[in-house]
Amino acid sequence: MYLTKEQEKMLEGEYGEVVSKMMRLLVRLGEVYNAEKMIPVASVQVAGVSYKSIGDAGLEFLQDIAKEAKVKVLTFLNPAGMDLENWKEMGISEEFAKKQLAIIEAFKKMGIVISATCTPYLAGNLPRYKQHIAWSESSAVSFANSVIGARTNREGGPSALAAAITGYTPYYGLHLDEKRQPNYIINVNVDLKSSTDFAAMGYYIGKEIKNKIPYFVGIKDADVDDLKALGAAMAASGAVALYHIENITPEANEVSIDGLEKIEFGKEELKETYEKLNSGEEEDIIIFGCPHASLNEIIKIARLVEGKKARKPFWICTSRAVKEIAERMGLDEIIRKAGGKIIADTCMVVSPIENLFSTTAVNSAKAAHYLPGFCKQKVIFKRMEDLLR
Amino acid sequence: MKGRTIYPGKAEGEALVSKEPIGFYGGIDMKTGIVIEKGHELEGKCIKDKILVFPCGKGSTVGSYVIYGLKKNGVAPKAIINKETETIVATGAILAGIVCVDGIDIDKIKTGNYVVIEAKEKEAEVIVK
Repeated sequence: MYLTKEQEKMLEGEYGEVVSKMMRLLVRLGEVYNAEKMIPVASVQVAGVSYKSIGDAGLEFLQDIAKEAKVKVLTFLNPAGMDLENWKEMGISEEFAKKQLAIIEAFKKMGIVISATCTPYLAGNLPRYKQHIAWSESSAVSFANSVIGARTNREGGPSALAAAITGYTPYYGLHLDEKRQPNYIINVNVDLKSSTDFAAMGYYIGKEIKNKIPYFVGIKDADVDDLKALGAAMAASGAVALYHIENITPEANEVSIDGLEKIEFGKEELKETYEKLNSGEEEDIIIFGCPHASLNEIIKIARLVEGKKARKPFWICTSRAVKEIAERMGLDEIIRKAGGKIIADTCMVVSPIENLFSTTAVNSAKAAHYLPGFCKQKVIFKRMEDLLR
Repeated sequence: MKGRTIYPGKAEGEALVSKEPIGFYGGIDMKTGIVIEKGHELEGKCIKDKILVFPCGKGSTVGSYVIYGLKKNGVAPKAIINKETETIVATGAILAGIVCVDGIDIDKIKTGNYVVIEAKEKEAEVIVK
C-alpha cells in the first residue's frame, strides 16, 4: 500500500508509540483489504464507551492511548453505560460509575467530544454527501452511508479510534463507488405504518442477507426516524452497512439493479417478525430511544401521554443535546407527569438494566435483538402507540 | 484449503463451527467465552481455545473490543476461520493477536474436526485432519 511521507513517519514511531500502533492497525487492515492508499477522514464516531461493553481490558487500552495521543479530526462518542450526570437516579452502582467516568476521562483527554450518542447526525456531527468518514456504531454507519450518502466502512471501535488519532483510513470497501452496488432487490408488499414496522422489516432482511447491500422497492415514504430504525435493525440482525431505497435515498438512482435476486417482504413476514421478537408477558418498564430518540420522537411521545398517566413507567433515551431542547420545550415535564423519564448519554442496551428489570418493552428491533442475551431481559416488541396506550 | 491471512501465525485445535454469523458484542460473554445470544446455534458453547469457524461477523461495531477482551481474559479462541472476515472481526483479531484467516469454504469443516492453520504474511493454509 502506498503511504505518504507523513504516514510513514507515523508508522515508524516519529510521533510516538501510540500513533505508530494505531497506524500499524490501519496499514494491516489496508493490506488485508487491498487498499491502494490511505485517505483523510472528515470525522469519526467512536464506539465502545460503556464499561459494561468494554470492561477493564477496554478501559486500560484507552488509558494507555490517552497518555500520549490526541485526535486529529472531529470525533464524537457513542453512548456510555449511564446518564453521565444523573446516574444515581438510574440506580447505577458507585463502582460501575467510577469505572465509567474513568473511561469518559480517557476519551476527554484525547480531545473527543463527549457527545455520548449513537445518533451523532442529530447532535452536531453531520457529514456531507460523498464525504469520507470513519465511523463505528453500526446504526450510525448505516445512516451515514445510506441516508446521507457519506462513505464509511463498518469500523470497529479501535479502528475508528485509530482513524481519529492518525486522521486517515485505508481506502477500500464502501469508500469505493463499485463496492456500493446493491446485491439484492427487496420487494416491499406491505404498507409500513410506523418506524417499528420499518424496524421489524430491517430485522428480517438483516437476517436474510447478512453483510450484503439491499435495494428496496415499494416503499412510498419514510421519514428520518423510520430510516434510523430500519438501518439499526439490519445492522443488528445482520451486518448491513448500506442500503438503498428507490426514490428515497440519495444513491438509489446511481446504482444498477439489473439481474439481482429478489426477496419478498409482505404481511406474513412482518407478522412473523413481530412474533419472533416478542418473548415477554408483562413488562416492568417501557424504553424508547434505540437508536437515541430524535426530538420529533420525543414530541410524539409527549403528545400521546400529555395529561395522562402511562400504564407502565417509561424511559426515553436520547443525547444530552436533544434532552436540553426537550427540557426547554417543557416536554420533560409532560413526560415526568405521565410517569416517564428522559435519560441522556446512555440506552437500555449498554446500561446495566439487568440489575433493575426482567422484562422490557421496546419499539426498537435492535434493542429487541440485544436485550435477551446481553441484558437478560424478556422482551415485548410493539409500536410506540400500542406500548403507551 | 488455501485462504487469505487476516492476522498471521500458526494454530491448531478442535473446530467449533457456526453456520450463522457471530456478533461478538452481546453474543459472547467477554469474561467466560460462552455464547449468550438467545437462539444462536452455538448458545451455551464455550469458544475458549477452539478454532472458531463462522461465515462472517455481524452486529455491533463494539465486537472488536469484545475480541480483544476475550484474549485479555484468557478465554479467546486459538484462531478464527471465516468465509469472509469483515472489519469488526479483523480489527479485533489484529489488536488481540489472534490468528485469523478467511476465503475458506467453511462447509468443509465440522465441529470437532482437528484443524491446523498456517497463516503466513498474505496467504494461509488450513488443513482439516
